[in-house]
Amino acid sequence: MNKLVPGADEAVRDVFDGATIMVGGFGLCGIPENLIRALVRKGVKNLTTISNNVGVDGFGMGLLLSAGQIRRHIGTYVGENKLLEQMVLQGKIQLDLVPQGTFSERIRAGGAGIPAFFTPTGVGTVVAENKETREFDGRLYLMEHALKADFALIKAWKGDRWGNLMYRKTARNFNPMMATAAAVTIAEVEQLVDVGDLDPDAIHTPSVFVKRIFQGELYEKRIERRTVRKAS
Amino acid sequence: MATVTKPDKDVEKRERIVQRIARELRDGFYVNLGIGMPTLVANHVPAGMHVILQSENGMLGIGPYPIEGTEDSDLINAGKETVSEIDGTAYFSSADSFAMIRGGHIDLSVLGAMEVDQEGSIANWMIPGKMVKGMGGAMDLVAGARRVIVAMEHCTREGRPKILRKCSLPLTGVHVVDTIVTDMALIQVTSTGLVLEEIAPGLTAEDVQRATEPDLIVSSILKTV
Repeated sequence: MNKLVPGADEAVRDVFDGATIMVGGFGLCGIPENLIRALVRKGVKNLTTISNNVGVDGFGMGLLLSAGQIRRHIGTYVGENKLLEQMVLQGKIQLDLVPQGTFSERIRAGGAGIPAFFTPTGVGTVVAENKETREFDGRLYLMEHALKADFALIKAWKGDRWGNLMYRKTARNFNPMMATAAAVTIAEVEQLVDVGDLDPDAIHTPSVFVKRIFQGELYEKRIERRTVRKAS
Repeated sequence: MATVTKPDKDVEKRERIVQRIARELRDGFYVNLGIGMPTLVANHVPAGMHVILQSENGMLGIGPYPIEGTEDSDLINAGKETVSEIDGTAYFSSADSFAMIRGGHIDLSVLGAMEVDQEGSIANWMIPGKMVKGMGGAMDLVAGARRVIVAMEHCTREGRPKILRKCSLPLTGVHVVDTIVTDMALIQVTSTGLVLEEIAPGLTAEDVQRATEPDLIVSSILKTV
């Protein structure tokens, strides 16, 4: 078993035009910076991306967006990205907005072999259009379908050669679910460690879900809103 | 000097709103505060009370903004602001986070709104043709939190009511709002209509009614906020 690849370019070698790709992260926190850069270098087009946000102008997934590589995006919030807002209003990109809890559960379901589920979120709103509703214990619920992808691009803090992963603080977010929901899950880590170095009780994503892993480099880990207080 | 006094007035309005909402907090509450004005409620948690703040990006136990120089790009709230840990903080995935929210484990959700109507429906995520931002976690929060309080200014910047008979913008949730707190009033959403329970100092019930589209039921024990 050899899941270790030398770098991001080898890791995305078989990503194809028209692929559906999940990308971990919330805002710019916990995004796979190396893998996103590699996709931009590779120049694959007509991508369907599944990610909570689309980066910001000029960083993170904003790079894929400005390179015109995304045809359709499925996410929950795009308020930080003016370019995307323009492209949507001009009809240049298809944007499917999904409530965040429904989004995370659809991905979780996709990885867990659950084709659909019922949720109270979005009943009576545009989200409910063309969806089956059903009453349980006197309350209406919407049927939502699982989400899966051809590739999932994951960012973890530590990982071993088998693909066991640990995330750090709020950089975990959507990464664990996405790691389960793609045909090929690729993880970049800040620290690649030996098999056996991670505490088995502390592993967030067990290795079975990960197909390729590599040590990332040149992490910028940009902060979107730096809010601080003075030491008193 | 309207350009100078206006923001001050806005700050004053916001402070009044968030201070009133803070009085709805109870010891042991798990609370999700929305982006913007609702976040300020955290500054007014009564002394000695333990309120645990949840952030839907995967954190329970949000601390204050970090001391300058200790900010961590792996540690943000749902507004993408850097925050800090407290003793007892827990991190989890987005799926677990929304299990807490949708599963009814969050006692209180405070969020802003563009419109609220007399049936407790709320619109706060989209203006067709103008603004595409997305609903983020708002639809799940209003559907799943045990209690939903809307924090907003009573009228738009143009002076039009934001409390309407029926919302005109795309909805975030239907029949989900419990309480509306504005710079003018505290209003409870009930099955018989909107009940005006508290008004800001210096205002009359008629003042609030004039700034509100649907008919208000004035509480028999109307109080000043």
